[in-house]
Amino acid sequence: MSLLSPVTSIAEGIGYQLELLGSVAARLHHVPGRARLVADQVYQSALQTVHVVLVVGLFIGMIVALQTGIELARIGQQDQIGTIVSLSMAREMGPFITATILAATAGSSMAAEIGTMSVSDELAALEVLSVDRVKLLVLPRVVALAIAAPLLTILCDTIGILGGGFVAQSQLNVSYQLYLDSAVEALRDPARILPLPKDVYGGLFKAFVFGVIVALIGCAAGLRAQGGALGVGNATRSAVRDAIIAIIITNYFITWALYQS
Amino acid sequence: MSQSPDPVIELRDVVKSFGPQRVLDGLSLAVPRGKCLAIMGPSGTGKSVILRHVIGLIRADSGLVAVEGRDVAKLSRKDLSALRKRMGFLFQEGALINWLSVGENVALPLRENTDLGDAEIRERVQAKLELVHIPDAWEKMPSQISGGMKKRVGLARALITDPEIVLYDEPNAGLDPEISQSINDLLRELHERLRVTALLVEHRVRCIRTVADEVVFIEKGRVQIQLPPHEFFHSDNPRLVQFLGTDPD
Repeated sequence: MSLLSPVTSIAEGIGYQLELLGSVAARLHHVPGRARLVADQVYQSALQTVHVVLVVGLFIGMIVALQTGIELARIGQQDQIGTIVSLSMAREMGPFITATILAATAGSSMAAEIGTMSVSDELAALEVLSVDRVKLLVLPRVVALAIAAPLLTILCDTIGILGGGFVAQSQLNVSYQLYLDSAVEALRDPARILPLPKDVYGGLFKAFVFGVIVALIGCAAGLRAQGGALGVGNATRSAVRDAIIAIIITNYFITWALYQS
Repeated sequence: MSQSPDPVIELRDVVKSFGPQRVLDGLSLAVPRGKCLAIMGPSGTGKSVILRHVIGLIRADSGLVAVEGRDVAKLSRKDLSALRKRMGFLFQEGALINWLSVGENVALPLRENTDLGDAEIRERVQAKLELVHIPDAWEKMPSQISGGMKKRVGLARALITDPEIVLYDEPNAGLDPEISQSINDLLRELHERLRVTALLVEHRVRCIRTVADEVVFIEKGRVQIQLPPHEFFHSDNPRLVQFLGTDPD
């Protein structure tokens, strides 16, 4: 095996994912005709993940409040806890945590479903029947997660901020009303382009991009699966791993583009 | 059969390797219009690989794979898609889409590739389900039906576009003798009624006797023997006698 083969393999994988992204973009006009498939996927990926997002989001908000609150209390600035929790949740934690949960649930599920179709000749059957598998399998999943990820992120942000308030009141002696006032005030900073709080729409934009990434990487891994159950297992593992890496790298560049200036 | 001047399916000197293993080694065969050619041979000799070459799922390393005189490997994506719409393929396990009902599996090519309305599609699908003797199966899911029924659904789907060429990959595999015979009778009936050109990969003698017009025996990547069924199964060729002596039928 050549020393370059892992690099070649990664490059091939990224190339395939980008090609798939182009194929999906070229078929976006078919979305209205796929509304039912998109709705099914939104149900599977979003509604069946809501409880996980709520639990994780709640505790992330509480952890952020506790960690930063303890330090702020030492310098007598615990009144600022609402600002820090709301900005953390809206800018970073909400979209990132939601995308990670989606990678582990919806992304892995997509890789396993499509991978199983691949190793059981169902994808070959679609090809033989001249059925466009990008239109049938990939497009609805990508659109569904592009819709679901921002919606779940709103939930995650909200429950996280509320959880932080609970910690602020019970552990840091900051009244709930003061906490909420500072949390809401922090999110009022208007953007230059849109008449919306920049931290909110920036986070939701991230969530949208992460949703597309998770679905695209999950579908690509499934489509390339081969070699029976072992191949499906490998596809599922690589889908989750690659999605999380891609989310973190993309997150840095989006953050840089939104906040650097 | 192989000397037909106008074969619908033709493979000439086809070579195909998977890694170090050469599966097809200069294989040649031809199927005339309206005839059914059966392929027999030991496991792992590339019988299914031949079918996948004909439908364009695999490309040969060298040699010609032609359908109606057109080199399949040189067809554009669009032309290959057009050719496939005139062909049917019955996969070994049916290859039904698991999340679609039986009816929607059969309807899939019409829904995806035509502008037909729902009523017209339902009518055509129901006709095919009746043709394969499962008129009440529309709402069932693939996980709820038997192996024999999956084969019938796969056959209905393969025939939904009224193809002129049909490729069967072991239609009897994994079925009990009674269901096998009903599938064989069905294939014969379809062959007689629709006059399709067919390529059949099968191990079961009874299936080949019922359905095929001619049989080839392949081994070592080439056609070793080609005869009509009644001569094939009474041949005194020592290799054939040895092979057929182990046949389940």
